[in-house]
Amino acid sequence: MSTVADAHTSEHSLGQNHDHHGPAKGWTRWLFTTNHKDIGTMYLIFSFGMFLLGGTMAMVIRAELFQPGLQIVQPEFFNQITTMHGLIMVFGAVMPAFVGLANWMLPLMIGAPDMALPRMNNWSFWLLPCSFLILVSTLFMDGGGPNFGWTFYAPLSTTYGPPSTTYFIFALHIAGASSIMGAINVISTILNMRAPGMTLMKMPLFVWTWLITAFLLLAVMPVLAGVLTMMLMDINFGTSFFDASGGGDPVLFQHIFWFFGHPEVYIMILPAFGAISHIVPAFSRKPLFGHASMVYATCAIALLSFLVWAHHMFTVGIPVAGQLFFMYATLLIAVPTGVKVFNWVATMFRGSMTFEAPMLFAIAFIILFTVGGFSGLMLAIAPADFQYHDTYFVVAHFHYVLVPGAIFGIFASAYFWLPKWTGYMYDETLAKTHFWLSFVGMNLAFFPMHFLGLAGMPRRIPDYALQFADFNMVSSIGAFLFGATQLLFLFIVVKCARGGGEPAAANPWDGAEGLEWTVPSPAPYHTFSTPPEVR
Amino acid sequence: MRVCAKRAFALCGLALFPVMSMADWTMNMSPGVTQTSNDIYGLHMTILWICVVIGVVVFGVMFWSIFAHRKSRGHKPANFHENTTVEVLWTIIPLVILVAMAIPATTTLIDMYDTTEADVDIKITGYQWKWKYDYLDDEFGYFSSLSTPRDQINNRQTKGDNYLLEVDNPLVVPVGQKVRLLMTANDVIHSWWVPEFGLKKDAIPGFINEAWIRVDTPGTYRGQCTELCGKGHGFMPIVVEAVPQAEYQTWIGEQRAAAEKEKELTQKEWTMPELMERGEKSYQSTCAACHQADGSGLPPSFPALRGSAIAVGDIAGHIDIVVNGKRGTAMQAFGKQLNEVDIAAIITYERNAWGNNVGDMVTPKDIFDYKNQQQQ
Amino acid sequence: MSEYQKYYVPDQSKWPIIATFGLGTTLFGAATIMVDGGQGGSTSSGWMIFTVGLLLMAYMIFGWFGSVVRESRAGLHSPQMDRSFRWGMSWFIFSEIMFFAAFFGALFYARVFAVPWLGGEGDRGSSNMLWEGFQATWPLINTPDPSLYPAPKGIIGPWGLPLINTILLVSSSFTITVAHHALKAGSRKKLKLWLGATIVLALAFVGFQAEEYMHAYQELNLTLQSGIYGSTFFMLTGFHGAHVILGTIMLTVMLIRISKGHFSADNHFGFEAAAWYWHFVDVVWLMLFVFVYVI
Repeated sequence: MSTVADAHTSEHSLGQNHDHHGPAKGWTRWLFTTNHKDIGTMYLIFSFGMFLLGGTMAMVIRAELFQPGLQIVQPEFFNQITTMHGLIMVFGAVMPAFVGLANWMLPLMIGAPDMALPRMNNWSFWLLPCSFLILVSTLFMDGGGPNFGWTFYAPLSTTYGPPSTTYFIFALHIAGASSIMGAINVISTILNMRAPGMTLMKMPLFVWTWLITAFLLLAVMPVLAGVLTMMLMDINFGTSFFDASGGGDPVLFQHIFWFFGHPEVYIMILPAFGAISHIVPAFSRKPLFGHASMVYATCAIALLSFLVWAHHMFTVGIPVAGQLFFMYATLLIAVPTGVKVFNWVATMFRGSMTFEAPMLFAIAFIILFTVGGFSGLMLAIAPADFQYHDTYFVVAHFHYVLVPGAIFGIFASAYFWLPKWTGYMYDETLAKTHFWLSFVGMNLAFFPMHFLGLAGMPRRIPDYALQFADFNMVSSIGAFLFGATQLLFLFIVVKCARGGGEPAAANPWDGAEGLEWTVPSPAPYHTFSTPPEVR
Repeated sequence: MRVCAKRAFALCGLALFPVMSMADWTMNMSPGVTQTSNDIYGLHMTILWICVVIGVVVFGVMFWSIFAHRKSRGHKPANFHENTTVEVLWTIIPLVILVAMAIPATTTLIDMYDTTEADVDIKITGYQWKWKYDYLDDEFGYFSSLSTPRDQINNRQTKGDNYLLEVDNPLVVPVGQKVRLLMTANDVIHSWWVPEFGLKKDAIPGFINEAWIRVDTPGTYRGQCTELCGKGHGFMPIVVEAVPQAEYQTWIGEQRAAAEKEKELTQKEWTMPELMERGEKSYQSTCAACHQADGSGLPPSFPALRGSAIAVGDIAGHIDIVVNGKRGTAMQAFGKQLNEVDIAAIITYERNAWGNNVGDMVTPKDIFDYKNQQQQ
Repeated sequence: MSEYQKYYVPDQSKWPIIATFGLGTTLFGAATIMVDGGQGGSTSSGWMIFTVGLLLMAYMIFGWFGSVVRESRAGLHSPQMDRSFRWGMSWFIFSEIMFFAAFFGALFYARVFAVPWLGGEGDRGSSNMLWEGFQATWPLINTPDPSLYPAPKGIIGPWGLPLINTILLVSSSFTITVAHHALKAGSRKKLKLWLGATIVLALAFVGFQAEEYMHAYQELNLTLQSGIYGSTFFMLTGFHGAHVILGTIMLTVMLIRISKGHFSADNHFGFEAAAWYWHFVDVVWLMLFVFVYVI
């Protein structure tokens, strides 16, 4: 085996120009690869698999909530499935999808031959399947899998957690290590591998947003590791971080968790902001409005994200001064976020627009993400939050930010860059069908949740009072529609990758700009071995 | 084939019909029955309308642009990409709106935090999965748990009007008085929420959070636990009866008398049938959620009691696990939650029900002595 | 751009996948030990999995670093690659700082908020009614519920061993810097001497720290289980100690490489990375000394 690997490589690369090497043959190509495109592809496939798995769990949840009463699952299992749904979607679907996009596109966008640390890049990826194998296996262990929500609040997750919690902790440690190494790679690539002439302010926005995202990851994933370690110690070694009997505090867990958790929210949305800032100008055939202010707004959002964590905990009884500080800081975030939305609208204004699938997803992103932003603004008002907190209003809020936000952002990027990845155009009619079904399904699923929350339905309950029945049924129907539609996406991508469409030109879009469109479609295995000159 | 489909359809329709006819389509927050909840409702509506107006303006521009500036209509793209004036404006204006919004929010918040000068103090303790209300001034307290029958939950019985929102013993508060609520929990974090009061506060084990209410209108108000607290999270509702002052005083008097009586019961000589009868009742309300009504449990998390080594084994071991619980598992220490009579009755019941035929019995005095012995 | 030296992108490598199996197996084994042990069962299968994982990890580390060293010595590393390593190491240290920040945050929160509240002071002071007789002090020499978390008899004062340890670590930061200057000046003998001195200081630190732990556990009853004081004390100093050991191993590897003739005056990033890491460990200790022992 070792002959395949490094020794072999070193001999070759000393003497030969390995630019002309294609991918290795067979399955070892994927196990041993150091190629950013291969790794990007693996990330994207993995994340879609996780999306379907987490989605299946969501379908179980919605089926149980279709009617009042317990019919399909028991409460214990319901809690496990909601927990897993959250963990899988956050750590398994959304984050890896963006890392996949970063792997594919960052080197192409900045004119680099590959990521800065190619072997570590491969390790970052393979840790993810390992982590999720352990995580999902907990469902089959004695006492069941984690059943304390994806936020795993102590002491429900420590003193009262199932035995498998220890495995859950190590699984998240591995996922965290993967994220940290991925972020180190991204940040080193962006800071060190840009083509000559590409100054920071000339960098495309997807690169910018990923630079900030990588910084956020490096700042908060270790904090998650810290809080997980404290849990581990509380469970197995008798410490009392989260136990008042020993002088600790369950709320301490929440403070540390949300210090990680709030920037995490931006980790899941900033790269989408970046991608949308490429797609909107491309299909408006007009340069992005306010490139510099977009950059500043992203930085402002990232910095503010460290100062607002306790708005997730308005009801835990933090002293009033703290409450006010976190309310004001949270309201402030609306300003830079608003600037971004205004910039996108101004980009479309007086353009020459067409509405291919990426643009449709991008427009839906802007509108629906803003709806999520509005409900976020409402949640920021601390006294009002006492009524919204931990109800379906919050569920509606973060699903509006994550589904038409992060997920639509990923779909838009996938359609936008599929021609570059595969060398073929996807089926536009099917893609538009995918969009409209997703759009309708998603709104049907999540909009009624606002009403449910305002009417008083708490989140994370397997059964509910009768006045919530109608909207829950509507919501379930929407969720089934949205869920089923995603199989169509799988079909479209497979069809496109197998060459079922028109061959794509180097730049298949009228208005798209950037280095990634200067290389042929599909992008050759090695690109920019000598950096291009950027003026 | 077709007949089958029709039948299935009709069946579905029948199943859905009662649900559809009973439910309603409430879409907005309730203004509630306290000053606080009214203030919150005002804030909620203000911020909602601000969002709607901003949304209409911004997306109005966008949709007009989507309509007018499309390639298919032959629109040629402009080439502008920045405008300092506009950019400064759309930074400043939202900022001003936010400041305007923050002012009333601050006032309301500060008011909500003022728990001084309360007329009545009630300590609320969250348990997996019920609430305990202790009237600190009058030295009595009681548990309040879900009273919806399991058969309704498991769809074997038609669901009642207050399905999942009904309890055996509601919290009773006097109308027009400032009631201070001291929230805590016994095991995990719970959260006490009654929407009509505009009050939601986490009940955190080992700590006390203070909050207050002043209810102006007599009536019955319902809420739920809003912090995930385990498998019974959806099944620990809150019901509050707000009653006029005079009625409240009478009720307090009755409760104090009842509490006195309970204390005397500990001294009384109990017979086996009495203990079994009381034991069955207490078992159903306290233990059945985990160990099930027939003692079969839900292994592996909740072991069966029918024929279990503890339930038919040494009596001291049985008392120990009920009084002190088992750390690291869901088995709580019931020594502080239940009185001696109930503990004795439950243990007796467990040892002699569902085919467990140990035949011995535990009296309240035994428990009393056991607890004393432990303290030394 | 005058001349661009190609950025070295290795074609394929088996090390990442081995590392994945290694890390996964190690942690799965660790979890199995804890879970089985916690339930009073036999931990032997857990230890077996854990050991296999560790062996895989050791094999991987030797192999992976070995190939990087070979590539470096074969001249495959361009200045740009060198900068990648520098960025990588810097951000890795940044993430480590954030890891410690979580524990310092916990210490700060416990001292300033949680313990005073439990003792009846401040906004949530009414919590004290749940813990009759508990008084807030820091160091926490009583706990709210001594039956679950027995209080320590005493704590470790700052001016004994901790002060000596501070002096040891601060001097080791100087010796490593002297060694670095020697490397840049090309005087290998001096380099070996000062690097060796650094390692000796590091080992002395670890030894004293072990002695302190024994004292705490055996005489003071200050353990992980003695409430939030013991928890934060041992977690902070323990993780720091683990980092010192890791740093010492790194320095030792550098000493071995140097005696094999590796590194030159202008190409020695491996050494520098170890030195950076050492300075980081040193700074964390200074924070610990102030916030855990002195204040």
